Amino acid sequence: MTNTLHRYGAPQTLADDYIVFAMAARGVNDEGSVEKFRTFLEIARRHRPVNLGDATQGGVYRASKKLNPLAHWFRRDERDPDSLVRNVNQPTVVSAVFDNPESLEGFLGDIREADLGLSINISALTDRADEIARRAGITRHSVEYSLGFFGALDKLPDRATLTLATMCGHGMISFNFAKKMIDWVKEGRRTPESASTYMARFCTCGIFNTTRSCRVLRDCANR
Amino acid sequence: MKISTDRCVACGNCIPVCPVGAIDIDPSIRRAVVDQERCVECFTCYRGLSTEHLNPTLVRTIRTVLGWVRVRFDPEPDVCPTAAIEPQELSWPRIVRRAFSDPLVPHESTGIHGRGTEEVKTNDVTHRVAEGEAGFTIEFGRPTVSASFRDISALTEALAGAGVEFEANNPVTHLMTDKKTGRIREDVLDERVLSAIVEIKTTMDRVPEILETATEAAKKIDTIVSIGVSTRCDDEGRSALEDVLHDEGFAFWRGKTNLGLGRRPQVTRAT
Ligand code: SF4
Ligand code: SF4
Repeated sequence: MTNTLHRYGAPQTLADDYIVFAMAARGVNDEGSVEKFRTFLEIARRHRPVNLGDATQGGVYRASKKLNPLAHWFRRDERDPDSLVRNVNQPTVVSAVFDNPESLEGFLGDIREADLGLSINISALTDRADEIARRAGITRHSVEYSLGFFGALDKLPDRATLTLATMCGHGMISFNFAKKMIDWVKEGRRTPESASTYMARFCTCGIFNTTRSCRVLRDCANR
Repeated sequence: MKISTDRCVACGNCIPVCPVGAIDIDPSIRRAVVDQERCVECFTCYRGLSTEHLNPTLVRTIRTVLGWVRVRFDPEPDVCPTAAIEPQELSWPRIVRRAFSDPLVPHESTGIHGRGTEEVKTNDVTHRVAEGEAGFTIEFGRPTVSASFRDISALTEALAGAGVEFEANNPVTHLMTDKKTGRIREDVLDERVLSAIVEIKTTMDRVPEILETATEAAKKIDTIVSIGVSTRCDDEGRSALEDVLHDEGFAFWRGKTNLGLGRRPQVTRAT
């Protein structure tokens, strides 16, 4: 199951972050849902998502278990959305991440038309999601608000690190790794794009937004 | 999780990758080791790092020679060059660590099928939270801080004291000895997990009281608590919860919007 509720960031830093996911209710409408999940992903691909995921198999960015040492200099782009779609083989949660409202609106229009019968949720700024859904002819059914973090807040790192790490809601991107990537970009050891790819590989649901992470890393480097 | 002392070449790549800081280099053996107390069995190191399967002796030799001339190789930061990280067999109660920490593992070991409940995400099909009601997701340990069930139990007991009803089909509820007291079973209290989510549902008028109980209890435990509140919107898509949260002084702008496109399968009858 994806975990997107508590992505950290002030409203103005979330304008390029829209996750849409589809799921079926267990034991109610999950039978025969596999083909519908594939259709969701295929429709999403027409609208240029920045990431795609299947919560049981992984995202479009994945670790490779048989790299050869030349990867240090020439690492192949291992993204393979075709096989991601093909390999959906059980009721799951599938997701697509968009970095602009136009793509989201176009996608929602097509999804409404496809009438898959799956539950479709947008994880984003709630007002923006409501407004864009209305433009696509959809009135929202339910809403869940993130009230943020409470308790031992002294355990949280700086804003940039928290922004990057919470883009995997399951906590698979550690604060220390996000900090390391910020430092490497600042030192010119890696580009924001390659640092974002390293982090995205740890997010097993494919909900990490590489456009947003590049922006955060660039801001850190220019500060 | 374990690290093979035969294969590890102490490159240090796995250290920052661990969400809970459980990996370190032991200078006496010059190998990475996992602190079993801190490790929550999330499998991030094992699954997230790419691997190269290089010969460890060769890599150690090259690193030693480069070290003599003060050259340090800058490896890919998401690679374990010798595939030295190895999962270990988990038994009860340690197995609950993985069930709660690894998102790709179902919850069968805690007595719940799948990954837990569906919160408001399938509310258009299940109608779990109705208009005039509020659903709460109270999550412990995230982002990447981890929590012990002792901490979780302290808060679930406080919530139980306020008379809430815990969602039955939820893995944390299944670990309670008594749902009326919210007490978690003794044998898992010292287990640490990357995250655990407690779910409750109340009427809308109880939202302020429940939030106060949860946020006050959160101050007394040694982890982060993330709170989400949900409701069913009216036919126009308006949410009554918004006013309640504003009145209580909460700042909120992000969340999940269920579009209401899900439906139950049509039942076809023979007659
Ligand atoms: S990444 Fe692999 S080789 Fe490097 S320190 Fe960790 S376990 Fe050892
Ligand atoms: S399994 Fe998770 S907690 Fe344990 S050492 Fe690996 S990354 Fe750290």
